[in-house]
Amino acid sequence: MLVSYRWLKDYVDIDLDPKDLAARLTMAGLEVEAVQETAPGFEGVVVGRVDSVQPHPNADKLSICEVTAGNEKFRVVCGAPNVRKGILSPFAKVGARIPGGFTIKSSRIRGELSEGMLCSEEELGIGGDASGIMVLPDRLQPGTDLAEALELKDTVLNISVTPNRSDCLSIVGIAREAAAVTGRKARYPEIRISESQDDINRVASVEILDPDLCPRYTARMIKGVKIGPSPSWMRMRLEAVGLRSINNAVDVTNFVMMELGQPLHAFDYRLLEEGRIVVRRAKEGEPFVSLDGKTRILSPDALMICDGVKPVAVAGIMGGENSEVRDDTETILLESAYFNPSSIRRSSRRLGMGTDAAFRFERGIDPEGVLRALDRAAQLIAETSGGVVMKGYIDRYPKKIPEKAPVVLRPARIREVLGLAVEENKVESILSGLEMRVERKEGFFIVTPPSFRVDVSMETDLIEEIARINGYGLIPETMPQVQVRSGTEERKGVVETRVKGVLTALGFSEVINYSFIPGESADILGFPEKDRRRRFVRILNPLSEDQCVMRTTLIYGLLDTALRNANVGCLDLRVFETGRVFIAAGNGDLPEERGKLAGLLSGVKFAGSWGGSGGEADFYDAKGALENLLEILQISGAEFRSGAGEPFLHPGRSAGLLIEGDPVGYLGEVHPSVIEKLDLKKRIVVFEVDFDFLAERSRETGAFRGYSRFPASSRDVAFLVPKDTESKYILGLIEERREELLEKIEIFDVYMGKSIPENVKSLALRFTYRSPERTLTDEEVNRIHAAIVQGVIEKTGAKIRGEEVR
Amino acid sequence: MKGRLEELRRQAEAELSAARSRDELSAIRTKYLGRKGLLTAVLRGLGSASESDRPALGRLSNEIKEAVSSRIEEEIRRLDEEAKSRSLQAEKIDVTLPGRRIVSGNLHPITQIRNEICEIFAGLGFSIVEGPEVEFDYYNFEALNMPKDHPARDMQDTFYISDSIVLRTHTSPVQVRIMEKRKPPVRIIAPGKVYRCDSDVTHSPMFHQIEGLLVDRGISFGDLKGVLTSFARQVFGEKTRLRFRPSFFPFTEPSAEVDIQCVICGGSGCRVCGQSGWLEILGSGMVHPEVFRIVGYDPEEVTGFAFGLGLERIAMLKHGISDIRLFYENDMRFLSQF
Repeated sequence: MLVSYRWLKDYVDIDLDPKDLAARLTMAGLEVEAVQETAPGFEGVVVGRVDSVQPHPNADKLSICEVTAGNEKFRVVCGAPNVRKGILSPFAKVGARIPGGFTIKSSRIRGELSEGMLCSEEELGIGGDASGIMVLPDRLQPGTDLAEALELKDTVLNISVTPNRSDCLSIVGIAREAAAVTGRKARYPEIRISESQDDINRVASVEILDPDLCPRYTARMIKGVKIGPSPSWMRMRLEAVGLRSINNAVDVTNFVMMELGQPLHAFDYRLLEEGRIVVRRAKEGEPFVSLDGKTRILSPDALMICDGVKPVAVAGIMGGENSEVRDDTETILLESAYFNPSSIRRSSRRLGMGTDAAFRFERGIDPEGVLRALDRAAQLIAETSGGVVMKGYIDRYPKKIPEKAPVVLRPARIREVLGLAVEENKVESILSGLEMRVERKEGFFIVTPPSFRVDVSMETDLIEEIARINGYGLIPETMPQVQVRSGTEERKGVVETRVKGVLTALGFSEVINYSFIPGESADILGFPEKDRRRRFVRILNPLSEDQCVMRTTLIYGLLDTALRNANVGCLDLRVFETGRVFIAAGNGDLPEERGKLAGLLSGVKFAGSWGGSGGEADFYDAKGALENLLEILQISGAEFRSGAGEPFLHPGRSAGLLIEGDPVGYLGEVHPSVIEKLDLKKRIVVFEVDFDFLAERSRETGAFRGYSRFPASSRDVAFLVPKDTESKYILGLIEERREELLEKIEIFDVYMGKSIPENVKSLALRFTYRSPERTLTDEEVNRIHAAIVQGVIEKTGAKIRGEEVR
Repeated sequence: MKGRLEELRRQAEAELSAARSRDELSAIRTKYLGRKGLLTAVLRGLGSASESDRPALGRLSNEIKEAVSSRIEEEIRRLDEEAKSRSLQAEKIDVTLPGRRIVSGNLHPITQIRNEICEIFAGLGFSIVEGPEVEFDYYNFEALNMPKDHPARDMQDTFYISDSIVLRTHTSPVQVRIMEKRKPPVRIIAPGKVYRCDSDVTHSPMFHQIEGLLVDRGISFGDLKGVLTSFARQVFGEKTRLRFRPSFFPFTEPSAEVDIQCVICGGSGCRVCGQSGWLEILGSGMVHPEVFRIVGYDPEEVTGFAFGLGLERIAMLKHGISDIRLFYENDMRFLSQF
């Protein structure tokens, strides 16, 4: 909220400069976000007195005036029709600057010397009247700076008012706070109304059909008004706080709303049929044209202000075009009411009408301030538009808003909650300073908050008030007296940290993608109709179609990462992401959230290195990374099964990962058609595993296994087997013999190509034999080895390509 | 005979000095010291010398033999060393070429900050817990003292899944879930993703928060100040100045925003801190009695404080990043800097 420092000073004596006041308010919970000095768009303009007016010898419409400004006299040519002897008017001296980038020079106009210029409001940018020079109040001293004289220089505080402090959405409200933090007392505007003989109750009535939504409605009428521009002091006040001046009636309603926090509305009485106000809910589908010219279609949850026939305003939000104050309005019916906050909030959101009035009503206005604002506005309308306030007022208050109940405040509780004992007299003075009524009874305080403090109803509320006015800075820093223990972390978190450490060591960088992805991602990745990853959690109000569903896989985000990087020329990527995927549950339940780990590899490992690039990443790099992870997490029983069955993976270069038979993820090259669809250019390998599952299966530490101190003996064999034979099959045949002395087998070469037949591959295995108890003899090893090799040949028809004893 | 010996010595030494290879040295050895060598021959002829001259001549010839022999050894060593040094010279490499590095990846800066903060609080005895990202309106708002139509809901632009389900707008619902499950005392932090319907240079529709909650007997606002001051100083440095500023959150009272003195300008006012000299880093407050009642704790028995902080904001301050969206573009040129 914008607060004019000058305006503020009408209600409280402040001896702090605006910056210091801002600091004090901020530290009391009214955060001042900016302090802005405002000044008019002119310089060097002073108050001038016109001492004489003579006709210009060479021009009918011009006159030659003698102007006094301080001790100097000037000769000025003036074309204004209203210039006359004795008036005070803004005088721009030679060298003055006025809006539009003009500098005043001494010049000859039709042969006569002019040493300056008498100005209109419009020329100075302080009003819209261009019909003649501006006439200033007689009390001003000729020669004084105009900006000073008219108090045009101001400082505006931009205050961020928290949603609980509806009482601070007014200048008086801020003045109350300023008074509380500086130990002063705030003043309310003095209200004087002189009423006419005509009684409002003879010509108007108010009926509330829905007291729940409108507990109180008050009205006054002002007759004989003349609609026109507001006086400049009011325009300046409104402009300082960011409101546009409209006319003297509407400006008053805005002025009083800003002054006291009570939104008001002025109707043209002539346009209210039957002279009645009826407060009721809208009818379903009822159309209504609001002040801004927009047609609103209403529903029964919106409360309407109606006349005898039709709606004339959306209650508490905006008036209607059909009853607004016009240039020829003569009688005004002024509304000041209390509306149910929730109802206003619902309607303003539904209708998309976040007006200043709605903003205040939905936060809760002062129920006891309704009449004061009504009177204040009636007074000001009468004063500024020449009208007269009719006798009496209407006050329908069918549903009494309960008075503030007294709250018990225990001094011990203050100390308990704050960790600081505040002296009892201090407590009392703070609370009284906030206009609370404080009594002491049996060692307790009995505190009754003022009606405008809608946020204060509990002991804690009072403790907060004491803390913030006393100053948070006075509360000592202490450490909690709690049992010493170290924090624990859920297993998942511990494992996640470990996994991230391993992956970064392996050259993968961590990325974080948005959890929302486009709905069409399911089609791009080609999920089958029944796939659970199509069970999207949909966002009702997404920022864009690209972010309208919660992800069911991390792969889409990683492909997006690859694409973004490719677009800036980075084709060599090794990245991973951990995060949740969301599978919709339906029937009002929360979705299933599952932690996933996914990775993506493309291009070479050591790009731009003179020592070799490390080759293009392929399936085996991804598999190796997963194997590394499984090893670190001490998860055994992993099996990579050919063909992941994922539509977005290359059918011949992908695999499913199973842990002891349970499917936990997949890896593989991204299908060329997906690469093409996304315009990715390069081959990409991805993997995605169920992280929660891995975390569950992982083990902290393994038991130490002893090892033999005797030498090993190795034998190499290269088998020629059909190309499609999986290495796992051959190794399986060997392992199932459970040969105790066979310590390990490694595949050290796989070859296809020249020198061996087509459709055949050479699988070179290294067998290592060792006994835990003795040194093996060559004969022994040869015998066992020959039996194993023979076994493979018999089962598979493999041929031996070569053999070597190492 | 003595003359002959002396002459052989001079001759051998001259030849040794001229020798340039191992082969030449071997030839010299054979020539003088071999079985048919010149010195050997002189020695053999010792018998023909007079009895009285023999011991002296014998000594002299042995002396010469040894001198020549050791000189040969010395020369061989010298030559070997020269050869070795030549071959090492030939192996010289360009030490200015870049090293062959194991290129390790980087943790995302948000993860790094998260880990740092979690470790600090773990050290203060806080346990790390998690909660769902898609959350019931009840936990995200209602149980946090924000009933439907409460204006405080405006503070957080919410993504809705249905009338009763939202993307959590803060990590605070974890407080409620934990208190529902556990009896006091409670000391937890809950890191995680949160979502708000807002996107610009300083707002991201998804970002990360860490929530903290400490509930026990006799916990005061002073304890809140103590713990959060200790935390901020561990993250931003021992000398960091803090201020606790009254604010409003529906689920805490009294509530405080915590500001640190601007890390950019040191408090004199700059663009980053909006000329105020202070930077807001977290929101906090004493748990509202209403929240305690909702989860079944007795506010007369226990008190507590809660706080929440945005990881992006802290990372942005620490690294001088001005656009929050960079965190989610995942450009390698960004990620590789942390």
